[in-house]
Amino acid sequence: MREIAQSVVMPLAAEVDRDHRFPREAIDAATEAGLMGVLIPREFGGAGLDALAFAVCIEELAQACASTAVIVDVHTSVGTEPILLFGDEALKRTWLPRLASGELLGAFALSEPSSGSDAASLKTTARRNASGYVINGTKVFITNIGEAGLYTVFARTGDDPRAGGISAFLVPADTPGVKVGQVFHKMGLHGSPTGELVLEDVHVPAGNMLGREGEGFTVAMRALDSGRIGISGQALGIAQAALDESRALMRERGHEQGDDFVLADMATRVESARLLAYHAAWLCSRGARFTREASMSKLHCTDTAMQVAIDALQIAGEDGAIAGSAFERHVRDAKALQIYEGSNQVQRVVIARELLKTG
Amino acid sequence: MDFEFTAEQLAIRDTIRELVQDRVAPRAAEIDEKSEYPKDIEKLFADNGILGIPFPEEYGGISGSSVTICMGIEEIAKACASSSLILAVQALGSYPILVAGSEEQKKRLCPPLAAGEKVAAYALSEPGSGSDAAAMKTRAKRYGSEYVLNGTKQFITHGSIAGTLVVFAETDPGDGHRGISAFVLERETSPWTVAKIEHKLGIRGSPTAQIVLEDVKVPAANRLGEEGAGFKLALAVLDRSRPGIGAQALGIAEGAFDYALNYVKDRQQFGQPISSFQGIQFMLADMATQIEAARHLVFLSATKVDGKAPDLTKTAAMAKLFASDMAMRVTTDCVQLLGGYGYISDYPVERMMRDAKITQIYEGTNQIQRVVIARALLR
Repeated sequence: MREIAQSVVMPLAAEVDRDHRFPREAIDAATEAGLMGVLIPREFGGAGLDALAFAVCIEELAQACASTAVIVDVHTSVGTEPILLFGDEALKRTWLPRLASGELLGAFALSEPSSGSDAASLKTTARRNASGYVINGTKVFITNIGEAGLYTVFARTGDDPRAGGISAFLVPADTPGVKVGQVFHKMGLHGSPTGELVLEDVHVPAGNMLGREGEGFTVAMRALDSGRIGISGQALGIAQAALDESRALMRERGHEQGDDFVLADMATRVESARLLAYHAAWLCSRGARFTREASMSKLHCTDTAMQVAIDALQIAGEDGAIAGSAFERHVRDAKALQIYEGSNQVQRVVIARELLKTG
Repeated sequence: MDFEFTAEQLAIRDTIRELVQDRVAPRAAEIDEKSEYPKDIEKLFADNGILGIPFPEEYGGISGSSVTICMGIEEIAKACASSSLILAVQALGSYPILVAGSEEQKKRLCPPLAAGEKVAAYALSEPGSGSDAAAMKTRAKRYGSEYVLNGTKQFITHGSIAGTLVVFAETDPGDGHRGISAFVLERETSPWTVAKIEHKLGIRGSPTAQIVLEDVKVPAANRLGEEGAGFKLALAVLDRSRPGIGAQALGIAEGAFDYALNYVKDRQQFGQPISSFQGIQFMLADMATQIEAARHLVFLSATKVDGKAPDLTKTAAMAKLFASDMAMRVTTDCVQLLGGYGYISDYPVERMMRDAKITQIYEGTNQIQRVVIARALLR
């Protein structure tokens, strides 16, 4: 993994950022290495590895290119896990081999313009008809927009106005009525397309529902628990890259105690964040409950990545602020991680809720 | 302490505030997106006397007070950090003349700058000499009544558009910082070459140039102060300009905070505005407190510059350090408050976060500010 990341992915990182282009060659290399199916069991064409291996892979990718890492991460975690965890045998047989082989890229469509942190208030509807469901609505901030072959879409099927009325569906990108809306111009992660998914009278067969009707919110939350391990890996990769580049620069140009202390703090933060992430991944691998740990890991790893990226740019000084420098790219890339897959405010809500619940 | 702004200062601030709202704010996103120098805003500032703020009346200006300069920079930076540099660098590039120039030099060089007919710039850094300014390699050799300058200057804000450029060069190589002198280059008579315009993380509407000096002739009459007095002058100028960078950082943070504050009052989640959540309220309280603390430090330091206080070096460094670190934290949190919308360029706060970073770096990195503060404490 490290070899591919360093030899294929890393050399593309600056160009992908500058040109806002999808890192096709990097994704091809990741596919070649079997990374697209890292969590998928061998019987469905995957590598059958666990969450810890997944976190390490994403970390290695993110050290080279954070855009590539998030594309693979979203595909592998929230883009695939709902099928692994909630799909029936038929859905697994149909979709997992194609996701594992990289033929299809996965994506996760939960957020809406008026429903971000408050995911349970989503408005997209899935109306039952004779042969399945007809979905209508607009999803925002969808990673892998336009590139994905398969979207996991959350929509309202029941009368319950909150979480209980939501169901999850697999929606192939080539289904009539599936459209790409605005693709956003972002501060960072320029290689990873983010945008709106517009669903207009999209018909999906009833068999494309993941889990039971009304179980969609549970599907989303469980997928996000795993997703947070991937985002932690991505954060660690960015932080490690910023740390390594600072070390190299200080060795090359000399250093005094002021920057030495900053470097020591950076390294200590990264090390503690890594242990938290690996612990959450280990719990997940063992099938233990890991909601609180996943949120702590996501919160701490992404705050660490932001802080370390800013500190590294400060050590680099004006040379680091020139566009095309990895230092400034890390700052722009790191910020997204504090926001997506549950903002860090939502992580705090989750952690506090877990800590304060009785029984 | 509170700051008693004069009626005149408040009038200037109100004028700038109105101009910024009407004319600068609507342009800010486009200036960033296109990485273009806003010539129209330079003209707007020139026409309204804003570029005359750094200069006393006897040299064609309207103020010359650091407090007034800081008020102006702060107001502009609330909407557009790139545009705030039009005033900030006019001040930076003119300080050497105002601090060390003879009466003749001030009378000759300042009025076109005060009128905004010319843009000023300040050229100290070199590719091999950033924080260690005394290691510069640009040479100035005297031949009769003129000097010939050779060298390369790096990260020169407005170096490409300036008509008047203050350049620091070695007149006595080998004598370290005691061998450095300051010169005023006027573009028509002492033309320099722009080798490169940098593409940057932020302040994209403010061109940062690499400048090459190749046998550039400068009249001896344009040397500022004595030979060898340049390094001391460079530091004295930075002491005076640092409150301005603090004011810029303050303005950026205030602009982002005002936007985020309105956003959280408006944005509904869980059936209520997100401002009703205590987690968000605590973030707002911390940000507002940091902004308030920075504002006081910035204007205290500007007051000390105007009053030539003996400890102005230390306070100016503290103001720059604290306000810029504050701006980086506050803008990062403002992006956070807008969530996904904060991260995309349809909203202004991601630009403000990118703009904030440079305030921790230029006019002496924050590491250098700490060195300056520690040196003042331990002297």
